[in-house]
Amino acid sequence: MTSRHKQLGLSDEQVIEMYKTMLLARRIDERMWLLNRSGKIPFVISCQGQEAMQVGASFALNRKVDFVAPYYRDLGIVLSFGMTAKELMLSAFAKAEDPNSGGRQMPGHFGQKKNRILSGSSPVTTQVPHAVGVALAGKMEKKDFVSFVTLGEGSSNQGDFHEGLNFAGVHKLPVITMVENNKYAISVPMEKQIASENVSIRAKSYGMTGVTVDGNDLFAVYEAVKAARERALNGEGPSLIEAVSYRLTAHSSDDDDRYREKEEVNEAKKKDAIVAFANELEAAGIISETQISDIEEEVMGIVNEATDYAENAAYADPEHALKYVYEE
Amino acid sequence: MAVMTYIQAITTALREEMIRDEKVFILGEDVGKKGGVFRATDGLYDTFGEDRVLDTPLSESAIAGVGIGAAMYGMRPIAEMQFADFILPAVNQIISEAAKLRYRSNNDWNAPITIRAPYGGGVHGALYHSQSIESIFANQPGLKIVMPSTPYDAKGLLKAAIRDNDPVLFFEHKRAYRLLKGEVPEEDYVLPIGKADVKREGTDITVITYGLCVHFALQAAEKLAEEGISTHILDLRTVYPLDKDAIIEAAKKTGKVLLITEDNLEGSIIGEVAAIIAENCLFDLDAPIKRLAGPDVPAMPYAPTMEKFFMVNPEKCEKAMRDLAEF
Repeated sequence: MTSRHKQLGLSDEQVIEMYKTMLLARRIDERMWLLNRSGKIPFVISCQGQEAMQVGASFALNRKVDFVAPYYRDLGIVLSFGMTAKELMLSAFAKAEDPNSGGRQMPGHFGQKKNRILSGSSPVTTQVPHAVGVALAGKMEKKDFVSFVTLGEGSSNQGDFHEGLNFAGVHKLPVITMVENNKYAISVPMEKQIASENVSIRAKSYGMTGVTVDGNDLFAVYEAVKAARERALNGEGPSLIEAVSYRLTAHSSDDDDRYREKEEVNEAKKKDAIVAFANELEAAGIISETQISDIEEEVMGIVNEATDYAENAAYADPEHALKYVYEE
Repeated sequence: MAVMTYIQAITTALREEMIRDEKVFILGEDVGKKGGVFRATDGLYDTFGEDRVLDTPLSESAIAGVGIGAAMYGMRPIAEMQFADFILPAVNQIISEAAKLRYRSNNDWNAPITIRAPYGGGVHGALYHSQSIESIFANQPGLKIVMPSTPYDAKGLLKAAIRDNDPVLFFEHKRAYRLLKGEVPEEDYVLPIGKADVKREGTDITVITYGLCVHFALQAAEKLAEEGISTHILDLRTVYPLDKDAIIEAAKKTGKVLLITEDNLEGSIIGEVAAIIAENCLFDLDAPIKRLAGPDVPAMPYAPTMEKFFMVNPEKCEKAMRDLAEF
């Protein structure tokens, strides 16, 4: 227990940073719900319950060179890759300075070239072939980076998932696909989505390593992604990782969550990975109770400042809607 | 100047661009060892190797999507769809992703990808190897659709497409591949995307068309000239976005306009051309805007009788042009 992070080559500072990043993702998300329910922003789609896998995976990547193609719940990934709380709030408020889209897309449609976060859309899973294309380019240019792409388990039924993974497998490309299995595709549970026993078994069809890990266990995800990255850089091709957790909120701010039992959600909340991680760090003597509350205070300060800034920031001019259809 | 076929002009453009820029590469089904089912990529695999002339799995959405990803990185992919009819599984990638990428990212990302596909009928290709599919993409801002009618235009426009920083759909008429020959400069040149081209000067009637139909109209115009009817022919070359100025100028020139497409009539490119003329040229017109197109049936049948019935040809053009001249 005490040396779990050390065995993985992680320093105390790194795991504290991971904790902070998870907590920041959660607190930004919670703030967005408050803003939505008070009528200040039209829409939220949550990361809650998936922060551990997102941050664990991100820190196993090289955040200076690797490319990510996130999906709409990946607050933890984009924060890890350099997007700021302020930038995320600008997106939530659809303000002109939003680096993802300048207020053109709904929140959760991430993209930021300077941090190698590929721009995403709403039709699910289209990002898988994009990540494969980036990996293909990297291989052609003989570069040492991988591309990392995520999606939900429901999305692993889309053609682009299978076409993309097969392409990556055939050409042995350095791409890591992580399915964030939160057990629900809006209202439809896993067993009505996927005929196979799990998602990772699908890797076999595409000639790649597939593993299922506990998505609430940050270190397990970190270890799986790190190993996948090493394989990719050794020319051993792509990997599929299925990280299993639970979606703690409704699908989105427009979903009433009527299809799940409250007890089921409450049980999952008891296993909240952020709380568990804080406890683990405390038990291992890496972090004290005081530090935990200091971090909480620091994170809330960041969230408050970001909210204030974004709320007061300007919208794009109406005519800006005409710009950037083509190169100008 | 060398005389070459339409497909040789395509292959030449591909080869020259691959030599010019190492970021240019080709991906598609059978494009490598085989050199393409129409042999558009003939010899490129031998010159540039399998890394730059990539035989992909049979999955059109991945061909488009992987190309888009590579383009986002900064490569210059040329994706080949074996037949335009088979582009449909890739439509989500083309319309939801490539077309919208620059816009949705507020100019942060772009996808400089060229997607080539052979379209068109008259080759006994039946329903699924004959279609014109340009109108599917022709109300998707962010895309450009180029449909050259001559070997000269094909080389210059394909080079322009590859160098363009936005996604370009490049549709080649498969019957034109070996039917059409023309002079093509050996040196490097590009033609502007978005500009129509006058293929024949005339004073009595105006024909606006694109692709193989340009040749049908040119043949018909030769015949009509013998009867003293002078035809002005505008080749759209880029069917989206349209060259409005050139369309208006060509329509005003004679006041009698015939629009021709091989596609099904309703909802085709020429409907938009008609709207541009109607909005801008009312007092210059001496006749109703006329259209000649394929019938509104799903696609052209296999049997030669029915295929011929569907296809636009020089005789149909000639009749429609004469009727308009006599209006």
